[in-house]
Amino acid sequence: MPIVLIIAEQQPDGNLRKATYNAIGAGKQLAEKAGGELHIALVGKDPAKAADELKGYGAKAVHVGAAPELEHYLAETYAPALATLVQELKADYVGMAATAQSKDLMPRLAARLRAAMATDVMGFNGSGADVTFSRPMWAGNVFAEVKLTTPVKAFTLRATEFPAAQGGQGAAEVKTFTPKVEASKTKFIDFKEVKSARPELTEARVVVSGGRGTKGDFKEIEALADELGAAVGASRAVCDAGWVPNDLQVGQTGKVVAPALYIAAGISGAIQHLAGMKSSKTIVAINKDPEAPIFQVADYGIVADLFKVLPELRAELGKLK
Amino acid sequence: MKILVTAKRVEDPESKIKVKPDGSGIVQEGLKYKINPFDEIGVEEGLRLVAKHQGEVVVVSIGGKEVQEQLRHALAMGAHRAVWVNHTGPLDQLGIAGLLQKVAEKEKPDMVILGKQSIDDDQNQVGQYLAEFLGWGQATFASKVESLESEQEKNKVPALVIGADGKTVRVIREVDNGLATLECQLPAIVTTDLRLNQPRYASLPGIMKAKSKPIEELTPDKLGVNVTPAIQVLKMSSPPARKAGIKVADVPALVEKLHNEAKVV
Ligand SMILES: Cc1cc2nc3c(=O)[nH]c(=O)nc-3n(C[C@@H](O)[C@H](O)[C@H](O)COP(=O)(O)OP(=O)(O)OC[C@H]3O[C@@H](n4cnc5c(N)ncnc54)[C@H](O)[C@@H]3O)c2cc1C
Ligand SMILES: Cc1cc2nc3c(=O)[nH]c(=O)nc-3n(C[C@H](O)[C@H](O)[C@H](O)COP(=O)(O)OP(=O)(O)OC[C@H]3O[C@@H](n4cnc5c(N)ncnc54)[C@H](O)[C@@H]3O)c2cc1C
Repeated sequence: MPIVLIIAEQQPDGNLRKATYNAIGAGKQLAEKAGGELHIALVGKDPAKAADELKGYGAKAVHVGAAPELEHYLAETYAPALATLVQELKADYVGMAATAQSKDLMPRLAARLRAAMATDVMGFNGSGADVTFSRPMWAGNVFAEVKLTTPVKAFTLRATEFPAAQGGQGAAEVKTFTPKVEASKTKFIDFKEVKSARPELTEARVVVSGGRGTKGDFKEIEALADELGAAVGASRAVCDAGWVPNDLQVGQTGKVVAPALYIAAGISGAIQHLAGMKSSKTIVAINKDPEAPIFQVADYGIVADLFKVLPELRAELGKLK
Repeated sequence: MKILVTAKRVEDPESKIKVKPDGSGIVQEGLKYKINPFDEIGVEEGLRLVAKHQGEVVVVSIGGKEVQEQLRHALAMGAHRAVWVNHTGPLDQLGIAGLLQKVAEKEKPDMVILGKQSIDDDQNQVGQYLAEFLGWGQATFASKVESLESEQEKNKVPALVIGADGKTVRVIREVDNGLATLECQLPAIVTTDLRLNQPRYASLPGIMKAKSKPIEELTPDKLGVNVTPAIQVLKMSSPPARKAGIKVADVPALVEKLHNEAKVV
């Protein structure tokens, strides 16, 4: 029976990344299509608590590999640690939510397993041994259906395309394994977290994004975001200018979001930006230029100065409370 | 210091990409090609490092005869030599990384710089495969912390710093929720993020000089790599189009729509 292994990701504070639950949801879909069973893996210095949380998500087993050397994430140490489990389990599919960490780790793990890999998978087609993956290419201008022909198939999953798995489905067996520990030629020096009181961009229900039209003045963007309990996003032009941290970039080469509501203010709508937000449920565009391409994807557009519209919008939304 | 930089040929990011009606690929007519923007950043970073530490930048591209254009572009920017792996037909990450491994073993660079992703396939894999194949350390998504548009850009803390003994590189990486710093023993693999630097323009003398710089030709056969792809692209399609929406007259009208029609506020 094919085995689908989903790797859970812990944040530096030990908590599980929310996208992990979407990856488990995707893993379930894949296991169904392939006629297989779902397993979950977790490695780190002390992942037992996080692993415990994953017991109720319908997996056959949760595999935990602990080693002090795995305190700080490094592709070089995590890849061999996970490879041992993939080989022991004889997993056929190994996947993880698409995040900065998995995009660093999964190809290294795949290389070790001599596995072909698909990045940012959005869905599965076919069944049994013929399961194929659908994934975006050219900034989401093309959807490709790809088949991986290596014995082990590796992938990362676009979390916004899969419903999060729900807990309360029995208790999977928690099994420990001994991860292979290898000396690393790379040393972890430090991690500087960009802390924000706002929700995480990829997890927020509402996102308010600003572009070059803000000329770097994000006060109104932030005020509206706070009114809506929203996350703040940005176009690459704004990140490159150093006006906001790079972490906020939405797009082909930034983050992919799909909130219930996406408000784009002073963003022209280049295809690289659209690639990161086109799947949002409702899109609002605020732009001075009636010809701006963003209006072609927006459900509601306002042709006006954002510095006039944003305060008015905030006031008007305040009235709804 | 010898730095090997990859230069993939890709469609100009400004191009309109359309899928062929039969789903077998994209419409090629009228497309312009460029060096992958991330790779251009890699060439720039390589040039800055050898300007500081001496040495040479060698660029490598895999593909048909046409990829020589991208190699010439990198040479015109200032790269010293080029390696062309002549191969037509599909290649996957295993194949590309396998070829690059052989080129790296031949050239013995101190560092290989690749793009974090290519803007056609958006796979974001080759650098990491190569690091594993070579058994080297990797630092992906190298990124500068400060503004790229500021006047003093050149004087600010670079994201790649070679250790005083010349044996390590310290890399600032852009990751979710922050910045991570790693130190890799050389030789190492680095992949570039967009904000690492702003690539220089090729000067006219640079373009003239590039014409006489050597391009070495290799093939998968000569390198002894089997490149039969393990990834099959079965079909391509256009994503479902979004219905064009409406323009509303003013803010109250917008809020009314968001509240009553879309029901998102
Ligand atoms: C129309 C089309 C059809 C395809 N069909 C198939 C197919 O049938 N089977 C298949 O296996 N693959 C196919 N591919 C994908 C294959 O050609 C990829 O280009 C290859 O797998 C490398 O992956 P990537 O470009 O996504 O690398 P990424 O991992 O996204 O690239 C990262 C970096 O790797 C380096 N790099 C990547 N490729 C090269 C190169 N050629 N030369 C130098 N450096 C490079 C660059 O520095 C790049 O920035 C197809 C691609 C296209 C566009
Ligand atoms: C390889 C590559 C990768 C890229 N990746 C990304 C990515 O991931 N994400 C991304 O966003 N971009 C990306 N880009 C950049 C992208 O191509 C565009 O350059 C960028 O998205 C433009 O940002 P912008 O819309 O903020 O700026 P502009 O295109 O300059 O648009 C500014 C808009 O603001 C409007 N405006 C100005 N003043 C006002 C005002 N007072 N009120 C209202 N409207 C106003 C203007 O009419 C204009 O439409 C990438 C580019 C490349 C080449």
